[in-house]
Amino acid sequence: MTRKIAVAALGAVLAVFAGLSFHRSRHLREPVVPGPAFARVATLGDYFAPVKGTVNDANVYILEGKEPGGTVLLLGGTHPEEPAGRLASWIFAENAALSQGRLIVILSANRSATTATRLGGAYPPDFTVPTAWGGQTFRMGDRWSNPLDQWPDPEVYLHYPTRQQLAYVDIRNLNRAFPGRPNGTLTERTCYAITALIHREKVDIAIDFHEAELQYPVISTIVAHEKGADLAAAASMFISSMEGFAIGVENSPKALRGLSHREIGDATGAISLLLEAPEPFLDATRGRTDRALLLTGRDEFVVRAGQRGLLFEKIDEKGWPIDVRVGRHTSTVLQILEIWSGDHPDRAVAVTGVPRYGEVIEKGTGAFLKDPKTVEPAKVVYE
Amino acid sequence: MNTIVTVLYYLLTAYVAVLLVWNFLKRKNWQEEVLYILVLIPFVLRLLRLK
Repeated sequence: MTRKIAVAALGAVLAVFAGLSFHRSRHLREPVVPGPAFARVATLGDYFAPVKGTVNDANVYILEGKEPGGTVLLLGGTHPEEPAGRLASWIFAENAALSQGRLIVILSANRSATTATRLGGAYPPDFTVPTAWGGQTFRMGDRWSNPLDQWPDPEVYLHYPTRQQLAYVDIRNLNRAFPGRPNGTLTERTCYAITALIHREKVDIAIDFHEAELQYPVISTIVAHEKGADLAAAASMFISSMEGFAIGVENSPKALRGLSHREIGDATGAISLLLEAPEPFLDATRGRTDRALLLTGRDEFVVRAGQRGLLFEKIDEKGWPIDVRVGRHTSTVLQILEIWSGDHPDRAVAVTGVPRYGEVIEKGTGAFLKDPKTVEPAKVVYE
Repeated sequence: MNTIVTVLYYLLTAYVAVLLVWNFLKRKNWQEEVLYILVLIPFVLRLLRLK
């Protein structure tokens, strides 16, 4: 009996330590100091009531210029394990100044997915971006909604409304559930709320931030719905010639359903674009999956895979640092906005104050994250 | 319907956890006891909605 008590106590200690770690990770608060153009914060539940009060009742930051114009939606955190997307949207929310039009920024589009890491993936629970004021810590997150919020998965996932058969786990993937279903799962209802937001706010362009493993062919590119093909092509040409990095354009396939670049463009009046940056952390051939790899993008095994011609993007010992990936996203958005505004003066969105690629690399992403201790507590919003 | 299925899965998890505890109590070998306790942990964490 004494032995059984000792073994049970050992199990209890392990369970407590693991449970505390998971609880801390799920409830880590991430501060946001809204920037000069900030008008108000809404939540997804304001656009679709059944999401109200759920874990996915994500904050919606509405930034407004003095002059009326167009409206652009930035989606960060569709896949939280692709952190350059969340960080780029953070920079827009905290730094953007607008003279015309509106920016609507969501930092945690699938908030549930920010509260778990990939099962069996040995991901770190969080990561810290260095700043002059000590660093800001973010939840690591996963590609899929937390099973605590949506469980179990079905044997087969049929996308709504097309009934296309997708991988079973993708029923928790926000970027396989657009345009959403009002009486569906949490993930489907979240997509429905985002689609409702796009309708109600008359969004002109919806831009979804992502990152991809280097073994995935859709990388370093803008995936564009046919309504945005010209805009994406022009942005690609200007970026490749002026910004110091190359980015391609891919057409959104009509036969693959549920993705934001396809469904938002089909279901709403908005142009839908999806941006991909390279993230070696996601590659299957990576080595140790730690915070350093997430932030530096340096991995000798991924480099070896590249030397053997197994990758769709270049990599060397310099890796793909987070500042490079974030800078690609901010510059691509700014270039898209400039081209759009030039072509549609009445629907322009004129943004300043957001760093471009070179500036993010020079100063670091942390230079554009605001210290929540420098403002009144009431002005800080938490993700 | 989704909620009903989820509740059923939590009931199944609780049932399996009880079986694991029962088997743990019946074991005579310490290695098997450790094995049952380790297998039990993820079930407990799911029931407590921690993981």
